[in-house]
Amino acid sequence: MSMPFYVAPEQIMKDRADYARKGIARGKALIAIQYSDGIAIVAENPSNTLRKISEIYDRIAFAGVGKYNEFDQLRVSGVRAADLKGYQYSRIDVDARSLANQYAQILGQIFTHEMKPLEVEILVAEVADSATNDQLFHIFYDGTVLDERKFCVLGGDSDAIYARMKESSLLTQLHTAQLSEVVQLCRNALSGPDRQLPVEECEIAVLKRAGERRAFTRLDDAEVNALVQG
Amino acid sequence: MPFFTPGDHPGASFAELLKRVGIDPFQKHLAESAAQAHFPHATTCVALRFADGVVMAGDRRATSGNVISHRSMEKVVSADKFSGVAIAGTAGPAMEMIKLFQLQLEHYEKVEGQLLSLEGKANQLSMMVRGNLPAAMQGLIVVPIFAGYDLQKGYGRLWDYDPTGGRYEEREFVATGSGSVHAGAVIKVGWRTSMSQDAAVRLALKSLWEAADSDSATGGPDTLRGIYPIVASITNKGWERIDDSTLSQLVEELIAEHQERNQEV
Repeated sequence: MSMPFYVAPEQIMKDRADYARKGIARGKALIAIQYSDGIAIVAENPSNTLRKISEIYDRIAFAGVGKYNEFDQLRVSGVRAADLKGYQYSRIDVDARSLANQYAQILGQIFTHEMKPLEVEILVAEVADSATNDQLFHIFYDGTVLDERKFCVLGGDSDAIYARMKESSLLTQLHTAQLSEVVQLCRNALSGPDRQLPVEECEIAVLKRAGERRAFTRLDDAEVNALVQG
Repeated sequence: MPFFTPGDHPGASFAELLKRVGIDPFQKHLAESAAQAHFPHATTCVALRFADGVVMAGDRRATSGNVISHRSMEKVVSADKFSGVAIAGTAGPAMEMIKLFQLQLEHYEKVEGQLLSLEGKANQLSMMVRGNLPAAMQGLIVVPIFAGYDLQKGYGRLWDYDPTGGRYEEREFVATGSGSVHAGAVIKVGWRTSMSQDAAVRLALKSLWEAADSDSATGGPDTLRGIYPIVASITNKGWERIDDSTLSQLVEELIAEHQERNQEV
């Protein structure tokens, strides 16, 4: 009987993290950002049918980057958890913090115990009555949760995109920023200096602060066009 | 968070998901005498087609035997943006069914990323009514009507159900509940093809008025408390409830019409 080689736990974790990071780096990025009327999420997505951004509950949105089948499985689990909780308790008891924690548990569990970590990075965003209470939870492949302010960047090349976002003066006045302004900012940051992200590859959705019970709205092609060109 | 392996997951069905996590809303442990007990009972609802869609309406009364148990019940509600459901029968299971149905449509929409077809929604409701059959056999009957705007076909459609889950699409109108004979007769006489929305709303209101006039379990417009029937239209713009100020105006016209009729005698 052959003995398995000894591999240090540090090495196992490092290898898994490298593997997950490589997978995520191949994917295209997305940005979530606050603006005057709520939260906008802008993703680079060449597909018009396979979505990166979607609705979880009344005031909660989900966005994922990396391997599609993996973050889509997480998305559906989130919808199930939220709908179950809303059914058993009340609609107002469903919150992003609890969902983010559950996602972190699942991702952390899979990272340490499974052969292969999930190659995903996800965002759980919740729009509140006022901008100060809006929540952006950024959850990593190993279950790390970051509670981000103003905006957050997920996916490949996120450090460079983050740096480009940071340069903008708009960040100090997001509470009065129009949707078209933040979309323009996100598009430029996602594009970088060497190219312009085509309009057809922008997937945009918003969580509107005031209005109907279901705050999530996906912008259709015409609306995206009008926003980006206008 | 429920996390299923592929092949074992409940798909886009919320009812199936509830069962997987050990909640079965249709599992009823009833006493033999459930049928004899006086649980609150909801009554008359109607739906009729007009040129641009459908109008739904229902009275606000719930009765327990000969006692009025609620005066402002809402038994006509939107199921989602383009459809509505109205329920007559035992109030408890009926309200639970409405809640589950609304959740099921929203759950499907979110999981699948698109709206269920109108036919699909009608079918879902049929399965829920069938799920309630054991309770119905013991007297806790729930009989809904379902109506909506079919975005694919471009017109309004409506369905009638029986307690076993039988689903029947009607072309003109449907009525359910204890006052349905009276309400249905009024609509039958007044219904015209391609009616305007205004005419359809007036006819629905009149049908409930006549039902309340002849059926003790159906409540008429309560001008004293400002409680009016729930009336809503569903068109390609979606569900829209007719507000109480409009209804109070229409009710006054209806009263004037009756007074005029009586003076002639």
